[in-house]
Amino acid sequence: MATQEMEQLVRREYKQGFVTDIESDTVPPGLDENTIAFISQKKGEPEWMLEWRLDAYRQWLKMTSPSWAHLDYPPIDYQAISYYSAPKKPEDRPQSLDEVDPKLLETYEKLGIPLHERAALAGVAVDAVFDSVSVTTTFKEKLGEAGVIFCSISEAIRDYPELIKQYLGTVVPKGDNYFAALNSAVFTDGSFVFVPEGVTCPMELSTYFRINAANTGQFERTLIICEKQAQVSYLEGCTAPMRDENQLHAAVVELVALEDAYIKYSTVQNWYPGDEDGKGGIYNFVTKRGDCRGDRSRISWTQVETGSAITWKYPSCVLRGKDSVGEFYSVAVTNNRQQADTGTKMIHIGENTRSTIVSKGISAGRANQSYRGLVKIGPRARNARNYTQCDSLLIGDQCGAHTYPYQEIGNSSATVEHEATTSKIGEDQLFYCRSRGISEEDAVNMIVNGFCKDVFQELPMEFAVEAEALLNVTLEGAVG
Amino acid sequence: MSEEQTFLDALKAREATRDVAEPTWIAARRQAASARFEAVGFPTKRNEAWKYTDVRAIARGDFALATDAEFSRASAAALTLPIEALRLTFVDGIFSAPLSDLSELPKGVTIEPLTEALEANHEAVGAVLGRLAGVDFSPFAALNTAFAEEGAVIRLAPGTVVEKPIILQFLSRAHEQPVMSHPRVLIEAGARSEATVLEHHVGEAEAANFTNLVSEALLERGAILTYYKLQEAPLGDLHISSLHVDQGRDSRFTSFNLNLGGALVRNDIVTDLNAEGAETQYYGLFYAQGRQHVDNHTLVNHNAPRTFSEENYKGILDDRARGVFNGKVIVKRDSQKIEANQNNANLLLSDRAEIDTKPELEIYADDVKCSHGATTGQLDEKAIYALRTRGIDEQTARGLLTLAFAGEVMEAVKLDAVAERVELAVAGKLPERFNLSGLVETAVALGEE
Repeated sequence: MATQEMEQLVRREYKQGFVTDIESDTVPPGLDENTIAFISQKKGEPEWMLEWRLDAYRQWLKMTSPSWAHLDYPPIDYQAISYYSAPKKPEDRPQSLDEVDPKLLETYEKLGIPLHERAALAGVAVDAVFDSVSVTTTFKEKLGEAGVIFCSISEAIRDYPELIKQYLGTVVPKGDNYFAALNSAVFTDGSFVFVPEGVTCPMELSTYFRINAANTGQFERTLIICEKQAQVSYLEGCTAPMRDENQLHAAVVELVALEDAYIKYSTVQNWYPGDEDGKGGIYNFVTKRGDCRGDRSRISWTQVETGSAITWKYPSCVLRGKDSVGEFYSVAVTNNRQQADTGTKMIHIGENTRSTIVSKGISAGRANQSYRGLVKIGPRARNARNYTQCDSLLIGDQCGAHTYPYQEIGNSSATVEHEATTSKIGEDQLFYCRSRGISEEDAVNMIVNGFCKDVFQELPMEFAVEAEALLNVTLEGAVG
Repeated sequence: MSEEQTFLDALKAREATRDVAEPTWIAARRQAASARFEAVGFPTKRNEAWKYTDVRAIARGDFALATDAEFSRASAAALTLPIEALRLTFVDGIFSAPLSDLSELPKGVTIEPLTEALEANHEAVGAVLGRLAGVDFSPFAALNTAFAEEGAVIRLAPGTVVEKPIILQFLSRAHEQPVMSHPRVLIEAGARSEATVLEHHVGEAEAANFTNLVSEALLERGAILTYYKLQEAPLGDLHISSLHVDQGRDSRFTSFNLNLGGALVRNDIVTDLNAEGAETQYYGLFYAQGRQHVDNHTLVNHNAPRTFSEENYKGILDDRARGVFNGKVIVKRDSQKIEANQNNANLLLSDRAEIDTKPELEIYADDVKCSHGATTGQLDEKAIYALRTRGIDEQTARGLLTLAFAGEVMEAVKLDAVAERVELAVAGKLPERFNLSGLVETAVALGEE
């Protein structure tokens, strides 16, 4: 393929960049205890929740932004961010799709996810998050029959305070890290899932995140609890409109799996990555952690990260229960000036715990990408087992791919294996495809998809299709 | 008083006793180095490069500086490796002429204690010394630069091939008050020269001294240098060292980093592959028991295209010992067509032993082949059983299998006397009844089934 065409493809702008004009009920930029009180009041939260937030805020004030990641970005002015933005008329929330603001529906149309159709066709309950407030929740009744609670975290704080008190902040404590503390202080929405003992959630649960109003940081808080022998598969996906100013996202996701429970958490992240000079784009600082509290419990993270200007994200598993299992499957793609520092932590505490890490990184353009992972085997984790594989694919001579795998092993019965390779797309592979009449672009897509196969097959069907498409769009023309 | 102040005071006290003024460049460097050390202080666990290694045992120590190099010939002979070699011996950092042997020095080779090299031509030394190991490398490199007085200078003229190994022997004595030494080694290998250098640390069993060594090696076009380090320092010794290597076109550097002794050990090896065709090979083995702490940090900088690096480190940890491995490979932008492989395997022999390993890759070029692997495991009970059924007692079986684990590294060791010391330490005295090697292979294969 001619180099020129290649360049055109590389320069192609973000397909999903557009702005929906909805009047937002937004607080002026700035963060202090009043802002937090405002958020808490807006959400109609009880007093103890406000106290919880303020405690997090006070801890945050004493912390400093982490600098260990292989990322380069200007300091974030936390006083220049507006911490609350909700679609118009928050007290008058729509009860069904008919009541939803047509402009919002239009946004979904543009994204190619007609909400009701998608929900009906795919049998997926969608808790659509539009600028921090849950606008609509479907299939609630069906879930209700099974005894599954699936609602926004704000509703959960109001309706299930005992569950919130019992679990919120127990996996990711308020002061866990700088961004988790910030999130704990100012989170505005997110999802809450509770699957009671013995129940297998009848459908895959999904939330679509979108960031809309300019200058609004998005601070989602998700809490998923699976009681004994319960199972759930949760999908998280996101796109965002084009912006010039950097938007901060600091989400916290907490998963709790009790005995024999299984939580599968899949993410497709396609936020605006900034333009080719790295202008704009989302800053994505996420703390995700699952706690395998019960024996034989299992938590599986699968992520496809193609968006964001900055990604700082380490979905982790604390393997506390005996025979518990942690899994992490990741595909991360960075192009142009994108930077990603991502990986996982597997903390083995219980006996016979097992973990698997498969990480595939693809770096193109002037992007930099790092895998950063920790496998820790505690002294009591007898017969713990870990297998890690992280491979990087480099496309172009200006990008970077890095691996920083930490292993801390304190038990002689542990078996830990780590393998990593870095290479470029083979000329011979390309030639092979080209000689069979496959265009260079399709050949690259094929090779890249093959490279990521191990991860894609972990994704639920509808996500896998979307992920492949996203990957192709992100890398279009990156080879020349 | 701060921990750093103790060392700064010792430096002042030392300077006050100096009767002849040093050349100005040396004085200026000492000044800059002590200022640097004062500014950064001892590293703490908050420092990523020292995350797993606590140096408080050094920081809180009160070390004197040795004033003589007395060591009985008989006890020195027992410690010295039975290798016919060119030998420089240092006792607690001080040069010992009687225990050194530089007779039959081949043409084109200069081997001198640092003090003599400075006396002969201090400018020639100053032009090169410190070029690779700057004071900002680590607080210990700064401390070394501030204190360094003795060490070794090895120069190989272009085309010189030295048959005998060059041994730098560092002896540690037991004292009422422990001592510290800050030796400095400089190796200049001219074009197409070839040599083997062995840095050997050993001493009296009760010693508890602090050694802080900095070595620099410059390899010009086509030079071949094999650098052994056999560290069997007394179990109370505190040992910090860094080795900095700069490689020219088509040069070859091989490092054997073999660590058996010391209470607290930290080794840094840094290689800069600066021109095409340069090749570096790292072999490492650390065996720690009791409460020993051994930390190995390696760094390979691929600064030029078509450069190659290969690394293989094996860790064996028993009792409550703790091992740290951090291997880093950096491929600079435009360093295309490079190959870098890195491997670290660890064997835990006890439930209370710990290993922290981090094989890192930082790659900024695309046409590269890089891989790294790290594994940690234990001896295979099936393999032990297989050996037991052939009439080998359990202890011997374990020893043999541990040796088999270290095999890949030990097979590459060309100095038999060195290999023997390592094998004895790792596996104990083994019977010579059978042809054991075939048997071990069978046992290992059985275990893998």
